[in-house]
Amino acid sequence: MIVEVVGAILLAVMTLYAILAGADFGGGLWDLLAGGQHTGQAPRRLIDDTITPVWEANHVWLIFALVVFWTAFPSAFAAVMTAAALPLWLSVLGIVLRGGGFAFRKEVQSLRWQRLLGATFALSSLLTPFFMGTVVGAVAAGKVALDVQHSTLAAWTGPTSILVGCLFVATCAYQAAVFLIGEAARRQDRLLERYFRYRAAIAGVTAGALSLATLIALRNSDAMLYHRLTGRALPLVVLAAACGVATLALLVAGRSRWLRVLSPTGVAAVVWGWGVAQYPTLLPGTGLTLSGGSAPHATLVGVIAVSIVAVVLVVPGFLLLFWLHGRQSLESEAPPTMPR
Amino acid sequence: MSWMLAAAHEVVPARAQMATTLGFHIILACLGIAFPTIVLVAEYFGLKRSDEVAMTLARRWSQALGVLVAIGAVTGTVLSFEMGLLWPGLMRRYGSVIGLPFSLEGIFFFLEAIFTAIYLYGWRRLSGWAHFWSGIPIAASGIFGALSVMAANSWMNQPGGFTLNAGHVVAVDPLKVFFNRAAAYEMPHMVLAAYLVAGFGVASVYAVGFLRGRRDRYHRLGFAIPFVLAAALVPAEFVVGDTAARAIATDQPAKFAAMEYVTHTSRDVPEYLGGVYENGHVHFGLRIPHADSLFVGFSTHTKITGLDSVAPGERPPVPWLIHLSFDVMVGVGSLLLIPALWALLAWWKRRSLPSCRWFWLLGAAAGPAAVLAMECGWIVTEVGRQPWVVYGLLTTAQAATTNGGVIDTLTAVVVLYAVLAVATVLMLRLLARRWRHSDERAIAVPYGPPHSPIPGEER
Repeated sequence: MIVEVVGAILLAVMTLYAILAGADFGGGLWDLLAGGQHTGQAPRRLIDDTITPVWEANHVWLIFALVVFWTAFPSAFAAVMTAAALPLWLSVLGIVLRGGGFAFRKEVQSLRWQRLLGATFALSSLLTPFFMGTVVGAVAAGKVALDVQHSTLAAWTGPTSILVGCLFVATCAYQAAVFLIGEAARRQDRLLERYFRYRAAIAGVTAGALSLATLIALRNSDAMLYHRLTGRALPLVVLAAACGVATLALLVAGRSRWLRVLSPTGVAAVVWGWGVAQYPTLLPGTGLTLSGGSAPHATLVGVIAVSIVAVVLVVPGFLLLFWLHGRQSLESEAPPTMPR
Repeated sequence: MSWMLAAAHEVVPARAQMATTLGFHIILACLGIAFPTIVLVAEYFGLKRSDEVAMTLARRWSQALGVLVAIGAVTGTVLSFEMGLLWPGLMRRYGSVIGLPFSLEGIFFFLEAIFTAIYLYGWRRLSGWAHFWSGIPIAASGIFGALSVMAANSWMNQPGGFTLNAGHVVAVDPLKVFFNRAAAYEMPHMVLAAYLVAGFGVASVYAVGFLRGRRDRYHRLGFAIPFVLAAALVPAEFVVGDTAARAIATDQPAKFAAMEYVTHTSRDVPEYLGGVYENGHVHFGLRIPHADSLFVGFSTHTKITGLDSVAPGERPPVPWLIHLSFDVMVGVGSLLLIPALWALLAWWKRRSLPSCRWFWLLGAAAGPAAVLAMECGWIVTEVGRQPWVVYGLLTTAQAATTNGGVIDTLTAVVVLYAVLAVATVLMLRLLARRWRHSDERAIAVPYGPPHSPIPGEER
């Protein structure tokens, strides 16, 4: 039972990362595709205003996910880190470039440098989710052996991995666009609202198509996972699909209400659908189960205790941050360096 | 056996990469831990005494802090990936133990990121004291986060709090993991070091300005706030460091033997200042008879365990590096007492900072010196633990990745971090130049229109 609780915690942390940081990565993507200096100015500004105060805090979910993973399921962690070393290094590269580009872009003033650093930020927003997706795809497709000694290209370049990589990128773009519709609406910028409504629809359709393709690819690469996704996890898969269809209908109808609830619910349903379908297997293809690959009892209790403390301390912190950000008490501009 | 050979092959580049990334991150970590306190002290004075100069300093420092924390968040992420990518053997065997303090650190990292955002971007809209209080969690989580990370590191030096069965961890006692034998001295030693690095580091920027003729109150206060904080902590760091060294003599005798060139277990052990160790002989060092025994046990007759107590294969690989790093750390740390005492004396006599040029030269040098001492201390503790990653239980070679190609990621990391370092320094200088311009403009138009130019709004 306790193993299941820790497994659920890990899945919950991953869900939060996918939702919160996913939207930030997607923002980078739309920044990349926003076009020239003049046409791209308005959307870039909105993206910048929306992401700047929160990206760092959202990013910490990744660190927390890594730490919970290695603490609770050390052997599976070591296997994934060995088997998928290359895409993970590339994700790290993306994270460094993205953070650096973002931190510095705020401070440089010459247009040329802003452009260069902005491009770095935007390109790496594409790189990181894609390669993280290939790693998740490799795990789901059962390409990670428990006693793996060397990483191979084959482990993460199969059809499932590539599809999940693309799915991650599309989902980030979709979430960001949906989020930005709301931000534009609050600023009463009809033009930008329509701009992102259009893009959210495209990204949503793409993400939906990629989800279906991934499901079909899984039929070949991991039949067990496929059967459970269409069996015991079917309610969650249906929920994800329903959220996607409902979002699309709202986008077409020009409504904004519920959009911001439906899109994260859809993403969460996909993540939990994967978790439920894979249970009780920890690493598909190896026979390693959640309880077989877990840390000793006291460690699991420790992880749960830390998670409770996190809920008590961190969640109110996040709510405060988002609340202040929502009522525009935080300004992404540099703080005034002269007295008020 | 082939994978063991591969492991032995990758361990050197893996260690070099860990040293590069950690050596870089640790400077940012120190600033992340202690710089918020310095900013808050300035803001406190600014609010309490309606001191515009202190307030300006707090605002500007928070902007620099924003850049440093963002880069630190990124280089810290690299380290958490490297735990698995470079050291899967460590994670597989002891992830369930060492992960506990790291998961606790995660909470403090969250709080730091959340409240840094509120503090940094809330200058304009949050009222004075509300803004001040939003900074307190940053300073607190910096300290507690450092304690958590040091719990993990000290555990590697004094592993405990778990039961092994056939090489597998079967039971864990989280409290004993967190409060292991080395935690008591490693934790305060590192937190104080962070305050010295940040305090002297920030102060040295304004000492340089002072030496270049900018002797206004802005520069004096910008120097005094961080300098006084750091200088007051130097004696404490001295006592903690001394306690740590003596504890290591019993906890990790091989590390201590390398630190002090104790070749044979014996009494009346001499202290060497400097010197190069080669095949059991010390060349060129200044030898002080009996002194090492005296320092360790307060008696020249104290027996100290030497390098000969462990098999050659289990001795730290490069004693000269460990010893010289230890000497530099202690020596530089002691020299930092000079400007501290000088300032104290001047304050006691004249209620002001010394005006002597030499004092400000020392103040300018104190920042880089504190960084040097901290890095040397890090070399002592990490290289001194070799060949072990978990002292006495798991060698670094066993922990290293079996994947080839670490030399490639090492190369990429060196290039990337060099760019990152240059960019960070350039960015801080850019900020400083912009602030100076806005000052000059503000002074140049004393009778100008009533609105004061706010640099953030020029864009």
